[in-house]
Amino acid sequence: MINPGIEDVIADAKRSHHGNDPAADQTMVINMGPQHPSTHGVLRLVLEIDGESVVSLAPDIGYLHTGIEKTCEAKFYQQVVPLTDRIDYLCPMTNNLAYCLAVEKLLGLEIPERAQYLRVLLNELTRIQSHLVWLGTHAMDIGALTVFLYCFREREDILRIFENVAGQRMMTSYFRIGGLSLEPPLDFYKQVQDFLNIMPDRIQQYENLLTGNPIWMNRLKGVGYLSPADAIALGVTGPPLRASGVDWDLRRDMPYSGYEKFQFKVPVSDVGDVWARYVVRMEEMHESVKIAQQALDGLPEGRIVADAPKIILPDREKMKTEMESLIHHFKIVTEGFAVPAGEVYQAVESPRGEMGYYVVSDGTAKPYRVHMRNPSFATLQALETMCKGRLLADVVAVIGSIDIVLGEIDR
Amino acid sequence: MYDPASALSGTEAVFAAHPDNTAVKALATLATDAKYDRAELTITVARESIIAACQAVQQAGYNFLEDVTAVDWYPSEPRFQITYHILSHSLKQRIRLVVRLDSEDPSIDSIVTVWPSANFYEREIFDLFGVHIGGHPNLRRIMMPEDWNGHPLRKDYPVEGYR
Repeated sequence: MINPGIEDVIADAKRSHHGNDPAADQTMVINMGPQHPSTHGVLRLVLEIDGESVVSLAPDIGYLHTGIEKTCEAKFYQQVVPLTDRIDYLCPMTNNLAYCLAVEKLLGLEIPERAQYLRVLLNELTRIQSHLVWLGTHAMDIGALTVFLYCFREREDILRIFENVAGQRMMTSYFRIGGLSLEPPLDFYKQVQDFLNIMPDRIQQYENLLTGNPIWMNRLKGVGYLSPADAIALGVTGPPLRASGVDWDLRRDMPYSGYEKFQFKVPVSDVGDVWARYVVRMEEMHESVKIAQQALDGLPEGRIVADAPKIILPDREKMKTEMESLIHHFKIVTEGFAVPAGEVYQAVESPRGEMGYYVVSDGTAKPYRVHMRNPSFATLQALETMCKGRLLADVVAVIGSIDIVLGEIDR
Repeated sequence: MYDPASALSGTEAVFAAHPDNTAVKALATLATDAKYDRAELTITVARESIIAACQAVQQAGYNFLEDVTAVDWYPSEPRFQITYHILSHSLKQRIRLVVRLDSEDPSIDSIVTVWPSANFYEREIFDLFGVHIGGHPNLRRIMMPEDWNGHPLRKDYPVEGYR
């Protein structure tokens, strides 16, 4: 038997609808995924359909489960940072930020303003990059292939910025506990400014291709409705929550990493359908450009790491010339740094919603427990509510609109 | 740097320091222990009263369940700590509810009747920690295959798995 779970899932889908009466057996159970192009990874859905309409839907996840939470418990605090990149591979910087902020809260570290601004700048670029992947693949699922190519053109610009600043395009691991790993190279600022100059026009280009397009409108409007009460009850966060009319954004309402110093609007729509989620995310990209511009303009001078020699690796030069720095370097690398016992929960607004890191310390140099609260995991629970009673073809549009990443669902 | 002396622990100390906190008021009778550390409020309740506690904080304005997870404190007892993070959109505050379970009988009532979003999280705890969730509508493994032996996030489960 390839997967013993399937019998249960099918039996469940049937039981929930019509009991054991064979005369009422009018529906068909079909399997969608895990190797389906529009499930954005390895999501498998077991759908019960009556003709073309969806009667019930059960997600089957776990295909990408790699046990990252367990692995974290065997690493030093600083060694966990590269693992966090691999959870949500479309927004590595946001994962880095959430984890670093959680550990910094445990340690009680003050982060210099320059590092905070650079973190905000890179997080907003990450948000644009993630939304570009969403827009491209969502449009491709619906049948508009051109948009995908344009989106990846600008995404490439952002990945070049990441490569320049961190040495890696996707798995950046650029943030460190206590600050950043390196001072950005000198041409970084011009590169970011060039990108921010062209981006508003480019977003307009995507909108020209899609917003007035009758096929796009017919496929999106009125599809996948989610009421505000359902959205809260089912744990939906981020753009889908705001598209359902709940005005909540962690960047504005519970600011972290200096977000309270930036002026931006939080786009909200009370329509609650797939179209509203499209509109909200497009607006968010405009706002992200504005935040990144403010961070670049107001970037203060100063250090990029906190003043904590027992936690942050010394400069290479100092390590070679000063005895004390060499000792600190040796101690951090070989035995890590002890973190005072306690537990914290740090949430940040990722492109997909609320990403929370729950870190428990027992006073040693390795985390006792790291748990990630990932937005896609909760949002996936709302899929059945959005798809029930709708056409099978709409399921593809709805999956695209909630923008899930299976890496962070399965972890 | 963090100062351990800044933490408050014990119901009386925390409730005296934060008498106006909405969650403190709502859980005044149900709390068995409390902690205020690094600007985060943690309230411990008994296993039997978890549903009542969730309903009490929900009525007090804590409308959004963010996360449910567990910590395994093996080999000390009580072994399992089930942690609920609950957010209030109107108050812009978060609380942490904690329930401690002995290894003798690791089971707790499901809170899906209060917040349906707990469904997947509780399945995850069942799957990875082996804590039984009573009254859950669909208590099956979620991450691991159905025929998997053991519960990977328990501390007595080796990181490399059984070979």
